[in-house]
Amino acid sequence: MSVDAATVKRIGRLARIRIEENEVEAYQSELNAILGFVEQLGEVNVDGVEAMTSVTPMTLRRRDDVVSDGGYPEKIVSNAPLTEDNFFMVPKVIE
Amino acid sequence: MTDLTRLSLADARKGLVAKSFTATELTSAYLSAIERANPSLNAYVAVTPDKALDMAKASDAKLAQGQGGALEGIPLGIKDLFGTKGVHTQAASHILDGFKPEYESTVTSNLWRDGAVMLGKLNMDEFAMGSSNETSYYGPVISPFRAEGSNASLVPGGSSGGSAAAVSAWLCAGATATDTGGSIRQPAAFTGTVGIKPTYGRCSRWGVVAFASSLDQAGPIARTVEDAAIMMTSMSGFDPKDSTSVDLAVPDFAAAVERGVKGLTIGVPREYRMDGMPAEIEKLWAQGLEWLKAEGATVKDISLPHTKYALPAYYIVAPAEASSNLARYDGVKYGLRVSGKDITDMYELTRAAGFGREVKRRIMIGTYVLSAGYFDAYYVKAQKVRTLIKKDFEDAFNAGVDAILTPATPSAAFGVGDEALAADPVAMYLNDIFTVTVNMAGLPGIAVPAGKDAKGLPLGLQLIGKPFDEETLFAAGRVIEKAAGGGFEPKSWW
Repeated sequence: MSVDAATVKRIGRLARIRIEENEVEAYQSELNAILGFVEQLGEVNVDGVEAMTSVTPMTLRRRDDVVSDGGYPEKIVSNAPLTEDNFFMVPKVIE
Repeated sequence: MTDLTRLSLADARKGLVAKSFTATELTSAYLSAIERANPSLNAYVAVTPDKALDMAKASDAKLAQGQGGALEGIPLGIKDLFGTKGVHTQAASHILDGFKPEYESTVTSNLWRDGAVMLGKLNMDEFAMGSSNETSYYGPVISPFRAEGSNASLVPGGSSGGSAAAVSAWLCAGATATDTGGSIRQPAAFTGTVGIKPTYGRCSRWGVVAFASSLDQAGPIARTVEDAAIMMTSMSGFDPKDSTSVDLAVPDFAAAVERGVKGLTIGVPREYRMDGMPAEIEKLWAQGLEWLKAEGATVKDISLPHTKYALPAYYIVAPAEASSNLARYDGVKYGLRVSGKDITDMYELTRAAGFGREVKRRIMIGTYVLSAGYFDAYYVKAQKVRTLIKKDFEDAFNAGVDAILTPATPSAAFGVGDEALAADPVAMYLNDIFTVTVNMAGLPGIAVPAGKDAKGLPLGLQLIGKPFDEETLFAAGRVIEKAAGGGFEPKSWW
């Protein structure tokens, strides 16, 4: 499988990374080089093989469903580029 | 007075306890060394002298009373991937501009609990994506090593290139590092240092900037096997804040270092004998096996049939997880923001400006393999191959193998700005061909300096162990370290 220019732009859109027109060709050739490299997995017979979900034989721990942390909004927003009253500020989303 | 920075971590610890020198003197010696060397090597992206001297002073107070932890007064460098409260933490990326966390990672908290002193934050490939430390927003790290008769700059390896360079150039007594596909072991091999990636789950990932969560593990880079073992003991341990952290007692790893290899069976995987492998790497590998045999180990040929599929499967799994993890960098919560005409525009412009080329490439690949219609063909297939890779190792261990010996890298360090590597992303990825299998299977692996190439550059051997049997790796690594006889220090030119 290989990607065309339109697919490169679509992936950029999905990944929320602006791809300029003059960058499309380079990305296309790099992505195709990587996809060409991973193509060899097609040789492997995986019939009846389970996909790995955990590399160590363990089940995820559960904890009690209680509030165990928090109560410091000023710390949460302290690194944000733009805040007001401990809220993150973003461009207007709803007209 | 002898140069305190030349002491091993273990010897520095003895000197501090014996009051031969103070933690303040030791820390000051490292801070001076950093000031002299960093303009040439670019190993540190942030130095924290005030914090270092405050911590050293506190250690001196404890040491004076005969108290203190296992690392009391020992100056360490911290990879920029670890969250350090109030201190530069950017994963060497532009997108985290100005980020200073309100929290401390569990691994670094463990080190400070045991008395270690923080010298500063170490350079790395951006978001730990790279094998040469050239993708950093802060510019490449220059290796303290040069080929004989040459002044050309070499790479220290990556992604923990700053950690490896700082340790080998005596700019810290030891360093934290992380390994997703070889990022501890490959730079250790390039710089004549010891690096261990522990079993997945041994070190908490809490507070460490995430790259590929099912593969990422923290570990130390140090100048000796014993030093690495001392740091590993401190860094490890169960952490309820990381759901994949394993609730298992942490052994005193340093106690295992001199255990030897008598009676152990060392596996030699035939699939690691790659076509076109340089003769000096092949020779080094054979030499390593002879050293282990001479100390009473038995060598056994084994097969790990899915080895060649580990790297292609990795380049599906790791970018997929990265594309998900790095979705959080959106110009809203922290770091860089580039304004746009609406919120989507802001996201796209911020991420285009904030991420470097290699990071964007991997996010794009990850987004593609996870997108509708391709998920099964790529991601699910790669996770099935991963199951097979892990089973290969399990079969070998079940057949009586205690540890596996392989080369650490396919070559010695290469030049900064290598054009052939820059032109072909896959060629750079091949650097991890011997190390990446270990991450895919969640196993522990250690790289130990074992020899030099024709140009006098260090070469490393890798030992791969059973899950949670890092002790055998320290013991076998020590046998190789002793037999190799040292001499892996760079000649100071900086």
